[in-house]
Amino acid sequence: MNLLVCISKTPDTTSKISFKSDDMEYNSDGVSFIMNPYDEWYALVRALEITEQQGGTVTVINVGPATNDIIIRKALAIGAHDAIRVDTEATDAFTVASNIATQAKLKNYDIIFLGKETIDFNGSEVGAMVAEMLDLPFISYATKLDVAASLSTVTRDIEGGEEICEVDGPLVISAAKGLAEQRIPNMKGIMMAKNKPLEVVPAQNVPQRVLTSKFILPPAKSGVKLIDPENMDELVRLLHEEAKVI
Amino acid sequence: MSVLVYIESPKGHIKKTGYEVATYGAKLAASLGTDAIALIIGYSSEASDLSKYGITKVIHVNSTQDDAFDAQTYSHIIASVAKEQNAKVVILSHSANGKGLTGRLAIKLDAGSVSGANALPDLTNGFGVTKSVYSGKAIVKYNIQTEIKVISVMGNSIQPELNETTANVQQVSITAPTTKLKVVERKTSEGIVPLPEAELVVSAGRGMKGPENWGIIEALAKSLGATTACSRPVADADWRPHHEHVGQTGVAIRPNLYIAAGISGAIQHLAGVNNSKVIVVINKDPEAPFFKAADYGVVGDLFEVVPKLTAAIDKFKNS
Ligand SMILES: Cc1cc2nc3c(=O)[nH]c(=O)nc-3n(C[C@H](O)[C@H](O)[C@H](O)COP(=O)(O)OP(=O)(O)OC[C@H]3O[C@@H](n4cnc5c(N)ncnc54)[C@H](O)[C@@H]3O)c2cc1C
Ligand SMILES: Nc1ncnc2c1ncn2[C@@H]1O[C@H](COP(=O)(O)O)[C@@H](O)[C@H]1O
Repeated sequence: MNLLVCISKTPDTTSKISFKSDDMEYNSDGVSFIMNPYDEWYALVRALEITEQQGGTVTVINVGPATNDIIIRKALAIGAHDAIRVDTEATDAFTVASNIATQAKLKNYDIIFLGKETIDFNGSEVGAMVAEMLDLPFISYATKLDVAASLSTVTRDIEGGEEICEVDGPLVISAAKGLAEQRIPNMKGIMMAKNKPLEVVPAQNVPQRVLTSKFILPPAKSGVKLIDPENMDELVRLLHEEAKVI
Repeated sequence: MSVLVYIESPKGHIKKTGYEVATYGAKLAASLGTDAIALIIGYSSEASDLSKYGITKVIHVNSTQDDAFDAQTYSHIIASVAKEQNAKVVILSHSANGKGLTGRLAIKLDAGSVSGANALPDLTNGFGVTKSVYSGKAIVKYNIQTEIKVISVMGNSIQPELNETTANVQQVSITAPTTKLKVVERKTSEGIVPLPEAELVVSAGRGMKGPENWGIIEALAKSLGATTACSRPVADADWRPHHEHVGQTGVAIRPNLYIAAGISGAIQHLAGVNNSKVIVVINKDPEAPFFKAADYGVVGDLFEVVPKLTAAIDKFKNS
């Protein structure tokens, strides 16, 4: 089995959010970045489990600048066999997907894994784009994946329930909670990661379809109104008359 | 040109989010001076209802088949209708199925796309689309550069608005190429509104002490007609089912009302809920961080406050 796992870098949720250059750019000063949790905890780990049971390799791919090598090394430390970094700024979903698809076409990967979304922009777009470019089925929000020879059985989340799908042949899936359990890299993994291959490839030049025009901070909450715990009729009145939600 | 709106109709029924995107498409079409056309796939007797929301034409594809969703098949159908109707904008819901379609349609139509839009486009300077990012801590405004645009709309971002038209429903049959994906089973719980679509949500956390105490939360939810949710440690400890877990790593929701009892309000929890319109926090610790994100707060013991709130709701409903 040759598996490809797409990994992205996002600010840690606890980071303070601010902007610069007239609110056109995210201010990354002093922000700590992490591997997107869905990519790390679920997509990568499930891919590793499959190759541990059935043999094969796990390649991780990131579209991004050299500063992203830190998350790539972490993925290698957790157990990925090798890595590809497409050397460019990830500007929009289309740029990222085009570059992933170009690399994926060079090898026949059995399964391409992504996270269900990045936790900063919550796009949930890259997976469907990659699948369309490769003309493969895409299953979003996978919570369970079993692979037997070429047959993948996947459970995915849908509104108010779940769906079980089967695909015979290569596919693209995006990983949600439940697909695997987070793994913490150990000392041996970290040492071994230093010598694993990380291939840096030039990016394909594609026109950006969507530009960021600016960031806006949401209006601040006006402050909490405290209600006497003995007077729940008052809370109900406020929810009805003031907030108009019931 | 036109604006094409894809309307989901699981088991033949158009959900509230369907009427939301119909309204979104109709309003956008009005600002662009064009028509809003709705597209519905598979059996449904509700196609003509869309004319109540400003849709001027409904295209009903394969109306004798059931709705076996497959993103490859559906995106083929939507893209071919979009081309035929000369659609410049394609609108859909940012739902579980929508997430499989948006990216595919963008590629098929050479379109720029924005997923999870939170408001109508701003057409004053190019084609601006906003969405909430960074766990609700900011809003980003994108400008779509391409001639054709694909936008998926976050649930509860716009309210369905009545605007009666005389739409005709056109029956069309489209055969899509067969795909490798087979849906073996679909399990949905009947009756309760799924969390991503719920307008009222009652949620509880570790302050509940144990799963045996959830009766008071369920009673409150029942009185309100709300859906129940929980914090992550509660789902991790199997006190509650995993699909109830909201937050950064769980479901992201934006109901009109979110009531949180015994939840501290950690940033990862807030990430999934702070787009709620109104937040009520019940916590015995006045220093709990959740109060900073709340509109209404009750400092008290949830085991006393929650049943009192349920009684007050019942009294209000019966009055
Ligand atoms: C990467 C990452 C991702 C995460 N993702 C999520 C996520 O998606 N969702 C999520 O929820 N968490 C998530 N977490 C965990 C999060 O950081 C918090 O640990 C969690 O939300 C705390 O849950 P809680 O509020 O139920 O429990 P606690 O923090 O233990 O809070 C319990 C609260 O109950 C109150 N309380 C106790 N008894 C009573 C009483 N009798 N009456 C009233 N109030 C009472 C206490 O004052 C306290 O504020 C994540 C963490 C990490 C590191
Ligand atoms: N720059 C990137 N490089 C590699 N993979 C990415 C990148 N951006 C996003 N992805 C993958 O696409 C998934 C969904 O991202 P998004 O569609 O942006 O929400 C992520 O969880 C990653 O698996």
